[in-house]
Amino acid sequence: MSHFVRSRAGRDQMDAAVEGIHCAGCLSRIEKGIGALPGVTSARVNFTQKRLSVEWGEGSADPGAVLGKLDQLGYRGHAFAPAAVEADEKARGDMLARSLAVAAFAMMNVLLLSISIWAGGMSDDTRNLFHAISAVIAIPAVAYSGRLYFVSAARVLRHGGLNMDVPISVGVLLATGLSVVETLLHAREVYFDSVLMLLMFLLAGRVLDQAMRRKMRSAAVNLAALRALSAERIEANGEVTTVPVEVLQPGDCVIVRPGNRIPADGVVTLGQSSIDASLVTGETLPQEAAAGTPVYAGTLNGEGQLTLRVRAATGDSLMDEIEKLIAAAETARSGYRHLADRAAALYAPVVHLAALLTGLGWYFLGHMSLHDALVAAISVLIITCPCALALAVPAVQVVASGALFRAGIILRHGDAIERLAAVDMVVFDKTGTLTLPEPQVMPAEIPAGMVQAAAQLALSSHHPLARALARLSVERAPCADAAETVGQGVSGTIDGKRAWLGSPAFCGLATTAPMADDARTSVLAFRWGDETVQIPIRQALRADVPQVVQALRDMGLDLMIVSGDREGPVKAVADILEISDWRAGVRPADKVALLEELAGKGRKVLMVGDGLNDAAALASAQASLSPVSASDITQAVADAIFTGDRLAPVSEALRVSRRGARLIHQNLGLAAVYNAIAVPLAVIGHVSPLMAAIAMSISSILVTVNSLRAKGSLLSAFLPDEKDDTSAHELPLTGLTCC
Amino acid sequence: MSILLMMVPVALALGLTGLGGFIWSLKHRQFEDPEGAALRILTDDDIET
Repeated sequence: MSHFVRSRAGRDQMDAAVEGIHCAGCLSRIEKGIGALPGVTSARVNFTQKRLSVEWGEGSADPGAVLGKLDQLGYRGHAFAPAAVEADEKARGDMLARSLAVAAFAMMNVLLLSISIWAGGMSDDTRNLFHAISAVIAIPAVAYSGRLYFVSAARVLRHGGLNMDVPISVGVLLATGLSVVETLLHAREVYFDSVLMLLMFLLAGRVLDQAMRRKMRSAAVNLAALRALSAERIEANGEVTTVPVEVLQPGDCVIVRPGNRIPADGVVTLGQSSIDASLVTGETLPQEAAAGTPVYAGTLNGEGQLTLRVRAATGDSLMDEIEKLIAAAETARSGYRHLADRAAALYAPVVHLAALLTGLGWYFLGHMSLHDALVAAISVLIITCPCALALAVPAVQVVASGALFRAGIILRHGDAIERLAAVDMVVFDKTGTLTLPEPQVMPAEIPAGMVQAAAQLALSSHHPLARALARLSVERAPCADAAETVGQGVSGTIDGKRAWLGSPAFCGLATTAPMADDARTSVLAFRWGDETVQIPIRQALRADVPQVVQALRDMGLDLMIVSGDREGPVKAVADILEISDWRAGVRPADKVALLEELAGKGRKVLMVGDGLNDAAALASAQASLSPVSASDITQAVADAIFTGDRLAPVSEALRVSRRGARLIHQNLGLAAVYNAIAVPLAVIGHVSPLMAAIAMSISSILVTVNSLRAKGSLLSAFLPDEKDDTSAHELPLTGLTCC
Repeated sequence: MSILLMMVPVALALGLTGLGGFIWSLKHRQFEDPEGAALRILTDDDIET
C-alpha cells in the first residue's frame, strides 16, 4: 500500500478510486468515517471523479487502515497513483479556461466601446480615445489568449505542414497589426473586436474538447485502479509483502493464492493448480499447472496456491510477441488523418491564396489605395477563419461521447467516432466478448436442494467451474470441514452427510454422462450421501447477443467470429447466431494477418475482443471495442471500453458514431455554404471586417446549435428496457450499499 | 464627455474584478468537483446539534 502514498512537506497523501458513491449520504459518510481515523487530517471525496483524497501527518496513519475503514463503511476503495498525464491535462485545461476568460473579458469590454462608436454622433477625439483604449485592452489579451495558436502554427510551419492554426494565426496577427496601425493613424475603423470574438469562439471549442477528454481519461484511470493488481512477494528474509505489480523484477518469487490473477509472467516453482487462461488465449477449459509450467500474467489461478519465479522478458513469450504486434499495428494506424486536419490541408492554401489575390487584385487592377486593398484582404481572412470548422468536429465529439458515456461506453480516442462510423464489418472474439467472462451453470433437471448443497460446498473451492456454481449459493456459509484436493475436487459435510464436488472420478463415477459431449460444456460431479448428479457448466452467451447480432445485420454490417478457442465451441456459437464466417484456433499473429487481409480488400473492420490474444488485432483494426472485463493491455489499445453484461453497447457505439459522423459532415457542409456566400462578398470588398466577424460568429453558433440539436436524439434512441438497467451502465461500477 | 474619464475605468475595473474572480476560483480548485458541490449543500454537518 505504501507505494501509493506520496509525501510532501511533512504530510502524506493518498488517492483512491472508490466504488459505489451514489449520493450526498455516501459522500458525508465516507468523509466523516475516514476523517475520524486517528492521524487523518483531511478526507475529501471528489464526487464527479468518484475519488477520495486522504491526508495525514507523515507516518501517523496507516494507508491500509484507510482502505479497511472504507470497506467497513460499505465501499471498496482502490489506491492508485494519479498518472502524470492527468496532471498535465489539468494544467492544460486550466490554461485553456484562463485564455477563454481573458478573451471573453477583453471582447466584452472592447465591444462596449465599439458599440458606442457605431452608435454615431461621437467626436473624432473621443473615437480616437476609444480606439486607443481598445488597443490597450486587446493587444495583451490577443497575445495571451492567442499564444496557443501561434505556438502551434509556428511548430507546424517549421515542419513544413499546415493545420487549422495557421490561417487562424495569420488572420489574427494581420488584423491586430492593421488595427494598431489604424489606431496610430487615427483612422475611422479598427478591428480589435473582430479579432477577440474570433479567439473567443475558437477557445470555446477547445475548452469543450478538453473537458470531454479529461472526463473520459479520469473514468478510464478509475477503471484501471479498480483492476490494478498487487502481488505477494517473498522477500530475501522470507517475509511476504504486498507490492504493486509494477515493482516486480525478474527473479522475484511471488505467491499466488487460489482464485487470484497471476501478477506476472513466470514459471511455477511450487504447487499445483488449474489455470483459467480464457482472458489471455480465449481457451475456455482450465489448464493444469505444476512445477516447471510457464504461466502468463493476467491468467486466473484456480484451486491451488502457486509459488512462481518472475521471468525476464525473454523475447519469445506470448506477451513479447503480442507487444511487438501491437507496436507494429499502432505505427500503421497512426497514418490515419483526422477529418478536420484533412479539411485544413485543403482549406488553408485556398484561403491564403484568395486573400492574397484579393489584396493584389484591388491594388493593381482595382486601383485601390494600399490601405483599402489590405482591408479587403484581411476581410477575406477573417470571414474565412475556420471557426466553424474548428468547432464542427469537437462540438459533435463532445455530444456523441457524452451520449456514449451514459450508455456505459468510455471513448479513449475522440477521433474514434469518425473511424467507427465508417465500419462495414464487425469481427468478434468469442470468449469473454460474445460469451460472459465467467462460465455459467446451465439449467438441468437437478433438485434445488442438491444444487444449493453443491453451491455451498463450491464456496470452499477456487476452481473456475466451482466458482460459477458458488455464485448460486443462497446460504453463503461455507461448510466448516471442507477440504480441497488439488486437481480433483472438494469434499465436506453438509447437513450431516458427506459430500464431494469435483471431477466425476472424484465423486465415484466411472464415466461421464452424454451431456459432456457438447464441446462447450464442462461437467462438475456432485455426490451427497448416496445421491450423485452431474452439473453442466459452460460459457454462456451474453443475454442480448442474438438481438445485437440482428441489429448489426440490419445496419448492413458483415459479421465474423475469430477465436483462439477450439473449433467445437466456436462452431457451436456461430451456429446459434447463424454467422457463417468463423475461424477457430487462431493465433494472435494470424488474427492480425486476417485483419490486414480484410483491410487489403477494402473492408473497414470493427474488432471487438477482450483477450490478450486480441490486443494486437484490436490495434490493427479500423476501430476497436473492448469489454471492461478485458485484460489491461487490451483495454489500453481499444478505442473504447464498454461496461455491463450486455453486448448492446457495440451496436449503440456504431449507431451513435454514424449519427455523429453525419453531424460532422453536416457541420462541415454548413461551414462550406457559409464560405461560398461570404467569401465572394469579401473578395468584392463589400464586407467590412466587423461584418465579417459577425457573419463568422453566426456560422459558429449555427454549427454549435446543430451539434447540440442532436443531443436529444442521440440519447432518446436507447431502448426502454436498457434505460431501466442503468445500474449496469453506471461507472465505474455498481455500488455495494447506498443510503 | 468628462464623465467618460470616470465611467470607462469603472467599467474596466468591474470587468477585471470578474476576471480576477474567475481566475481565483480556477486556481482554488472550485471547478474540481461540480457534482459533489451540488450534493454537499444537502448535508447539514455544519449545524451543531
